[in-house]
Amino acid sequence: MLSGSLFLQLFIYLEPYTPNTMNAKYHHLTKPVPTPSSVLISEHQPPAKFKHYVIGFVSSLILTVSAYLITVNHAGNKWLLFIILAVLALTQFIVQLFFFLHVGREFPPRFKLMLTAFMILVVLILVGGSLWIMFNLNGRVMPSTRQMEKYMNSQDNL
Amino acid sequence: MSSLQVSNSALAKSRRQIEQSEKEGNALFGFWVYLMSDCVLFASLFATFVVLRNNTFGGPSGAQLFNLPYVLLETIVLLTSSFTNGLALLSAQRRKLQQTLVWLGVTFALGVTFLTLEISEFHKFALLGDSWHRSGFLSAYYTLVGTHGAHITIGLIWMAVMAVYIVKRGLNNPLVLKRIRMLSLFWHFLDVVWIFIFTIVYLFGALHA
Amino acid sequence: MRAGYLIFSGLLGKLSLKQLPHDPLTIFGASLMVAVPIVIAIILTLTKRWKWLYREWLTTQDHKKIGMMYIIVAVAMGLRGLSDVILIRAQQSLASGNSHGILSSSHFQQIVSAHGTIMIFFVAMGLMFGIINLIVPLQIGSRDVAFPFLNATGFWLFFSGMVLVNVSLLIGDFSATGWLAYPPLSELKYSPTVGVDYWIWSLEIAGIGSLMAGINFIVTILKNRVKGMKLMLMPLFSWSVLGSMSLVVFAFPILTVALTLLALDRTFGMHFFTAGGGGNMMMYVNLIWAWGHPEVYILVLSAFGVYSEIVSVFSRKRLFGYSSMVYAIWAIVVLSFIVWLHHFFTMGAGSDVNAFFGIMTMIIAVPTGVKLFNWLFTMYRGKLSLKTPMLWFIAFVVVFTIGGMAGVIMAVPPLDFQFHNSLFLVAHFHMMIVSGVLFGYFAAITYWFPKFFGFKLNERLGKYAFWSWLIGFLLAFVPLYILGFMGATRRLDHYSASLGWQPLFIVAAVGVGFIILGVTFQFLQLIVSIWQRNRELSGRDPWSGRTLEWSLPTPPPIYNFARLPEVSTRDAFWAAKVAGLSDDRPYQAIEIPRNTPLAMVIAAGAFCFGFAFVWHIWWLAVLGLLIVIVTIIYRSMDEHPTYLLSAREVELLDKSKFAKDAVS
Repeated sequence: MLSGSLFLQLFIYLEPYTPNTMNAKYHHLTKPVPTPSSVLISEHQPPAKFKHYVIGFVSSLILTVSAYLITVNHAGNKWLLFIILAVLALTQFIVQLFFFLHVGREFPPRFKLMLTAFMILVVLILVGGSLWIMFNLNGRVMPSTRQMEKYMNSQDNL
Repeated sequence: MSSLQVSNSALAKSRRQIEQSEKEGNALFGFWVYLMSDCVLFASLFATFVVLRNNTFGGPSGAQLFNLPYVLLETIVLLTSSFTNGLALLSAQRRKLQQTLVWLGVTFALGVTFLTLEISEFHKFALLGDSWHRSGFLSAYYTLVGTHGAHITIGLIWMAVMAVYIVKRGLNNPLVLKRIRMLSLFWHFLDVVWIFIFTIVYLFGALHA
Repeated sequence: MRAGYLIFSGLLGKLSLKQLPHDPLTIFGASLMVAVPIVIAIILTLTKRWKWLYREWLTTQDHKKIGMMYIIVAVAMGLRGLSDVILIRAQQSLASGNSHGILSSSHFQQIVSAHGTIMIFFVAMGLMFGIINLIVPLQIGSRDVAFPFLNATGFWLFFSGMVLVNVSLLIGDFSATGWLAYPPLSELKYSPTVGVDYWIWSLEIAGIGSLMAGINFIVTILKNRVKGMKLMLMPLFSWSVLGSMSLVVFAFPILTVALTLLALDRTFGMHFFTAGGGGNMMMYVNLIWAWGHPEVYILVLSAFGVYSEIVSVFSRKRLFGYSSMVYAIWAIVVLSFIVWLHHFFTMGAGSDVNAFFGIMTMIIAVPTGVKLFNWLFTMYRGKLSLKTPMLWFIAFVVVFTIGGMAGVIMAVPPLDFQFHNSLFLVAHFHMMIVSGVLFGYFAAITYWFPKFFGFKLNERLGKYAFWSWLIGFLLAFVPLYILGFMGATRRLDHYSASLGWQPLFIVAAVGVGFIILGVTFQFLQLIVSIWQRNRELSGRDPWSGRTLEWSLPTPPPIYNFARLPEVSTRDAFWAAKVAGLSDDRPYQAIEIPRNTPLAMVIAAGAFCFGFAFVWHIWWLAVLGLLIVIVTIIYRSMDEHPTYLLSAREVELLDKSKFAKDAVS
């Protein structure tokens, strides 16, 4: 039922080797051995290690459980809690990005990293902008219950 | 003399590696582009959810509805599956067929568990009369969490096909390895999205009470 | 008997014979819709071309053929969009005072919505992806796109979306809620027919196709460049496409979400944008424009790339300010994500929000201005040759500047309260999109046509077409600025005679007459050029081009480059010509993707899925989904998706091509 974009990942998965990469292969037959710097353009990153997954897993676990415990115990001021939870989530995001998704570990040119940075920028603009716009609008056209109470109280005093 | 031989064989080896990784490079990068665009898809859903969060229209709010220990269980199941999925990739890279299949199987089982937990939660809410018809907040909740669930479903189908594929062709085929890497990217990505669902939908929702 | 009928009609969802068209105009349109495929089928059968069509075109994975199919579809849809224009202009020039024109008001709204939807999604996008497919791999010295199967699937999804829009003419109706279908009007309560559903699902399917194309070209450009072509040596068209495709990848998911949420509201009774139930309709407007504004730049950036190539070639100079052009592209890419609120200044946000987005909108005019000046400086002291592509460019500079300045006026929020949803706005965005996009693609087609067919388009008829278009275009839209000032709003199906608007509407209608003349000249140009093709054989390099595509034989062979060129400067082909061409390196074997109908099958599944959701035929939706999934899995099991052309075969093919070129 959800839109077909969900299938997109499967499409790329179907691709055969692209012809150009094959050309690169035949290049080696006619050319002198290429220098690593010119070849590594299509190489992406060093292989992942067991250590990375363990670090990623354990720290994610700790971050998740501590976020949970803080929320359940309602420790402290509510806005402070929001900020702490947001920081914990962002930390876990970065941890998983690095240890599970291996962002930033590729060789230059770091297209994957650039694209990720661009995605984060777009998401910040989109989410931040949308919330700013919508809450500004709501504040002006749909007063919250608290605002209405305040207003009614002020009317009572008159 | 011996050092010369070493460097020659090292050269041949590195060339083989380079060829192989060139083949993987394009498709993996393309898949990453897709994942980034999917992040924007989820971001739009998150923005919509946050905007509609208080529009309960007389229905239940998140704090009244959610059972946090249950959600923590879901989260840990998914996180563990992300880890075992990483182990499957590591085994595949070491060409250990049996081990790869076992870890993939564990990941699959954990994924199915997660999905079952999620669906039974939805079912429970719906039985209480709190389906998506109820309010803007619930529409946004079911859609955001459900989109993640739909991705998980596709990941599970993919994993099943992958297992057949591994058995049929073995792990010495670079195409197979490439696809295992893509699958693992996809699965880790879904875990990353869940961090935000866990925090924004459930934890923030509980705080709003 | 009755039970059997009930089961049968249950299987068809909301579909019934009542949904066939009733009024004469729609019947005419619908029968045309049916007649065209039938005529094509008869011609194919008579000439025994079915097999040829299937083998050479429908199943192809060759980006050049896919590009041509995109353009053919876009041109056909352009004719449909143009016939909508004729009806709109006829209605508006007649429906004043006691006359109610030729259309009912709901029919008029459908036509306006169809015009906008078709022109943006199926004409502008189609032309853009067509030209990108044809040119980008050739320009960057690549033998293929990164993902040929994904590319073909993207095209066929685009095709499915197009078919779905046209089916709405035949069964049911189309959305009457404008090209972006704002709720709550587009919600089930106020638009109970299937029109909006058709709109949603055709855009959803075509949009996913666009996303696929976007991913494909980002990877193609970043990873498949020929050795030596560093990013900063890349032709500017490819740079622009990279910027434009980055926007596709990051903006189209937002469209997918907005459409899906609206569909969930309509189909499953959710409350995202409903007036009651805790929905928030302004969130839809917010989301759709968060996609919609980048979309404008998706279209315009690619056309900017075309202009960059053309100006440099027809001024016989290298492009002025290459690096500033590249930075301008990326400034536009980023800024285009930060201006979307200017489409709804009037919705009631505070002055802080409005001011921020107003200022951002003015800032985005700066990199655009940088590009304009760079083109003008390229022309300065160049050896200009005013061929048709260059004429389109010069018209673009003038019209785009006028339209752009109108845009800066509207970027001031208090002024926008005056112009919002007026014909002033309509005139503004047509001036931007027609000059900035359509003229660019006309220029591109004229410019690159000889590369693929071996002869130039007739220059004289091209100039007639150009002048008819330009005069018609100005006649059609300058009155709309004035009407906008006078208070005429968009999508107006009737107005009072005392307003005195009718003369201006009639002038606009006359303008459309000239545009039709221009389109006629364009078709004549094509026919005459084919007729006299032996008179103007063009060889490989008819315009003395600068970029790699002109180094290829005409038409380019399936593998594009028999031997990959070596690149060390910008304008690589120009440099090679100056240095003298000779290449005696040995040939290599080349791997080529096999033809496959599976891309078409996937798109057919997607079509069934979309059609089923329009009419609530649930078994068909499941079937469509299954077709898609099973086809994908089946394809993934294919062990031999490519075949190898041996070095010897490549050599023979290449030498025969060379001989042919030498003769011409």
